[in-house]
Amino acid sequence: MIRKTLKVLDQRTGDAPLLRKIARYVFPDHWSFLLGEVALYCFVVLVLTGTYLALFYTDSTRQITYHGPYKPLDGQKVSEAYNSVLNLSTTVRVGLLMRQTHHWAADVFVAAIFLHLVRVFFTGAYRKPRELTYLIGLTVLFVSLLEGYLGYSLVDDLLSGMGLAIGYGVAISIPFIGGNLGELIWHGPFPGTDVFFSRMYIAHVFLIPGLIGMLLVAHLGLVAMKHHTQFKQGPRETERKIVGVPTFPGQAPRSVGLMFVTTGVLFLLGGLAQINPIWLWGPYHTYLSTNGAQPDWYLGWLIGALRLMPGFDVVIGNYTLVPNPFWGGALFPLVVLAFLVSWPYVERRFITHDYGYHNLLDRPRDAPLRTGIGVGVFIWVALIFVAGSVDRVNVFFDLSYTATIDVMRVAVWVVPIVCGAIAYRVCVELAQGDEAERRRKRAEHRAKAMTELESS
Amino acid sequence: MSKARDLFVSLGVLLAGRGRAKLPERERIVPEKPPRPGWEATAVVLFGLAALSALAFPFLYAFGRHLSHETQWLGLSLGLAFVLAGAGLVVAGRQLIVTEEIEEDYPPEEHPEEQELLAQAIEETGDSLVSRRLFVLSLAGAVGAIGVAAVTPLVSLGPVFGISKFFSTPWRRGRRLVDESGRPWKASDIEEEDFYTAFPEGADEEELGSPVVLVRLPQSSFDLPPELAHYPANGIVAYSKICTHAGCAISLYRAPLFQPDEPKPALVCPCHYSTFNPADGGSVQFGPAGRKLPMLPLEIDRRGYLRAAGNFDEAVGPSWWGVRNRKPSPA
Amino acid sequence: MRRLALIVLVALVAAAPADAGSAQVLYGKHLFGRYCVSCHGMNGSGVTTPKSIGAGPGREQAEQQAVAPSLQGVGALAADFYLRTGYMPLQRLGLQPRRSRVLFDDAQIRALTAYVASLGAGPKIPQPQPQRGNLSQGEHLFADHCAGCHQIVAEGGYVTGAVPPPLEDATATQIAEAVRIGPYVMPRFTKKAISNAQLNSLIAYVQYTKHPDDAGGWALGHIGPVPEGLVTWFIAIAALIFTCMLIGKRYRSE
Repeated sequence: MIRKTLKVLDQRTGDAPLLRKIARYVFPDHWSFLLGEVALYCFVVLVLTGTYLALFYTDSTRQITYHGPYKPLDGQKVSEAYNSVLNLSTTVRVGLLMRQTHHWAADVFVAAIFLHLVRVFFTGAYRKPRELTYLIGLTVLFVSLLEGYLGYSLVDDLLSGMGLAIGYGVAISIPFIGGNLGELIWHGPFPGTDVFFSRMYIAHVFLIPGLIGMLLVAHLGLVAMKHHTQFKQGPRETERKIVGVPTFPGQAPRSVGLMFVTTGVLFLLGGLAQINPIWLWGPYHTYLSTNGAQPDWYLGWLIGALRLMPGFDVVIGNYTLVPNPFWGGALFPLVVLAFLVSWPYVERRFITHDYGYHNLLDRPRDAPLRTGIGVGVFIWVALIFVAGSVDRVNVFFDLSYTATIDVMRVAVWVVPIVCGAIAYRVCVELAQGDEAERRRKRAEHRAKAMTELESS
Repeated sequence: MSKARDLFVSLGVLLAGRGRAKLPERERIVPEKPPRPGWEATAVVLFGLAALSALAFPFLYAFGRHLSHETQWLGLSLGLAFVLAGAGLVVAGRQLIVTEEIEEDYPPEEHPEEQELLAQAIEETGDSLVSRRLFVLSLAGAVGAIGVAAVTPLVSLGPVFGISKFFSTPWRRGRRLVDESGRPWKASDIEEEDFYTAFPEGADEEELGSPVVLVRLPQSSFDLPPELAHYPANGIVAYSKICTHAGCAISLYRAPLFQPDEPKPALVCPCHYSTFNPADGGSVQFGPAGRKLPMLPLEIDRRGYLRAAGNFDEAVGPSWWGVRNRKPSPA
Repeated sequence: MRRLALIVLVALVAAAPADAGSAQVLYGKHLFGRYCVSCHGMNGSGVTTPKSIGAGPGREQAEQQAVAPSLQGVGALAADFYLRTGYMPLQRLGLQPRRSRVLFDDAQIRALTAYVASLGAGPKIPQPQPQRGNLSQGEHLFADHCAGCHQIVAEGGYVTGAVPPPLEDATATQIAEAVRIGPYVMPRFTKKAISNAQLNSLIAYVQYTKHPDDAGGWALGHIGPVPEGLVTWFIAIAALIFTCMLIGKRYRSE
């Protein structure tokens, strides 16, 4: 039966050679190489559940009176968009499951990409010839942040509406052109007209998923064409020879199994763990707000930066050159992106002077400066991220929020340097330990060979 | 009758039989792996459980209409189905299907011959051109210009140059202050230690320039600069409810019960905790706001209703390049 | 002799305040003298310039700077609120009064409340009727007046310099009392701002927030994306990393 299928397929498409190549394609076998796959499967779940949600969503901001099953909002003014999502969550049978799975998938998608980036960065996989793959991946990451933001803002609930206002504040804070940019996107000053929601909707369900899809195809294509990088775990792996598991039969069941497990975890969360209970937040109005409003986790670094900034606008005469939100909301993420994008070039120009071709990966200890700098930048972003929710921590532990913010303003600069230096030293020590281990083994071998020679 | 019996027997054999494919004798591509019935049974059991869990999903959908925690049961059945099937596949991958480690060459770093052939073909194509540079430049120019033309319709998404709208608010001299349902505020409604939200009568409540927060302070607590000294009406002050940092609504009011050892009155924004002093014109006490809170001058009409005595002293909402350029309109 | 004692007793009783709770007020005054007078002053007149006081019953530190508002005219409403929640007696002066240990039993609280009420005419203990309230009206009122500090489902929050508490332990009476008092930096909402009928709706909503509709499953504290992010990383990503480590190999060097 297998042969019959293949015969039919090959006669019509002529791709048996290609299929055979794919079947015996070699995957270097390390668990951290699977993180990108996890992200890919999250994307698949996002597209499928998202399609389902789109079939129920109304992108209109027209105000109507709510008369649905959720009593605490009965008779209140809500937008049609909010009403459609509320309806999906309370009346459509699997609506809430699909919505929650979709939202969990978005959170996990970005987390997986981030972990994948961490692996790529600290093993030097972005080096020649994979710079393009790396840049495409970074684009996917940053575009996904926007995609997630748009997705939960479409609901027009109190929490996400506040988030949109802040997004507007950041957009118009861009020097010179910010105001114009803001009114272009929102179709006027905030809250804009109803076409703004149409724009978010089309961007979220069509333009950006299409872009991400194409980028992923390019990304995976490049990985396949150049073959995956590998760790040097023994004598067999070299820059010229790849050692790994073929797609078929070895890798296929595991990858498909990973896909199933990822999907399963997302649906389990979607059913068992409540996420974004929009009926509790209520609808958004520009004149309402709630305490404890936070963006989704992957934008936590931005709220931290916005909260940490001391209060000043950079003013020249009557012109506000740099309104305050620009630093934390726009410049900060740009700096992080610029660091990530430029790192392959900075590293080879100023640190390693290594313009060579690399298929073998470094262990973090093999590149102490890269690891130290990477850890430093990561801790910088992580501390700013933490600063974004210390008010909640202070509620629990009775610490002064204002004092904590003052401490963190200094800590976010000092601690990364210390951590980076420590990481650098740890790498150097580990590498020296490895070298000592290698020398010891060689000496042992030699000693053994000598005794064997003498005894014979 | 015997056909049905045959069918049942075949089904039984299929499910329970220990049939293994008889492969012809030849050199193997995939290395041999000894059978592991224990793990095989585990995988089969996992697949079976996955199937049951998956079937539970449409069953629950059909008959579980009034089940409490419906979403949880649906998610559990579907999620477990996937996880169990995945677990079975992982077991198969690790224990049943051989994991070979094979070697292969990495593809060549580059293909200099093909590069050369391609470059040659392009060069030879352009041989017939008399002035190649002009040709290429004019072509590039045409394509570039078409690109500019293609991008132009995006400007219609705008306005892009309608910044003057940022300065306009629905407030003007004489406009009454009303609550969310349109009921006008009387000065006597506004009590100390409380805060109220007001809108311009007849205006769109969602506009950033609309909502104001009203508080009444004792006369002795005011510390207003001279240009704002006439803004309060009988101790009642009004400020834009939209934070000048990033645009959230300022819905927190710190109203101390006992002044000597409690923080002073303040309007606070819940987003990044920008804190504004209502007694001195809305100056920033803490937080990232770079601009004071815009203040609305008030007056009380003959019948005791609160009315605006003009527009805000500054533009409302988050700052942009020109926010300090002029005052809100209409004046 | 016995007749004389009887006459004296009757005279004493006649001389004391004629209302039925006078023994209760007297007991309250005795308790006030023990626990409250060092900060709130004689007859609850208040202390506005800080004065050094030593340790005392219910007070933590050996020496504290006492300053406290006058209690004359605050009524039974305030006394009942502060005592039943444990806001008072304040363990450490200078800090925001928070829900804490309740030092007194019911009889003592009644006595203290009666005494404070006797210090001047003030509001009585309210009798809210949340079952008469409208849930949706309550949600709307809460979003307008309370959510900025207490969070939209009353999980508590932060305002610069103070901590608006979560309301899950607040009884209907305590909510009504707090709304009318405006303790610490909370605004004070009189009947003009929030009528008794509206207060019933507001309390109905606050009671709803103690067990809100959690159709989505595990509620994660109803505070939104922060616990959701924790679940993303420590449950989902942890499980998926575990799966990846099960599938793939670890680094092994030779």
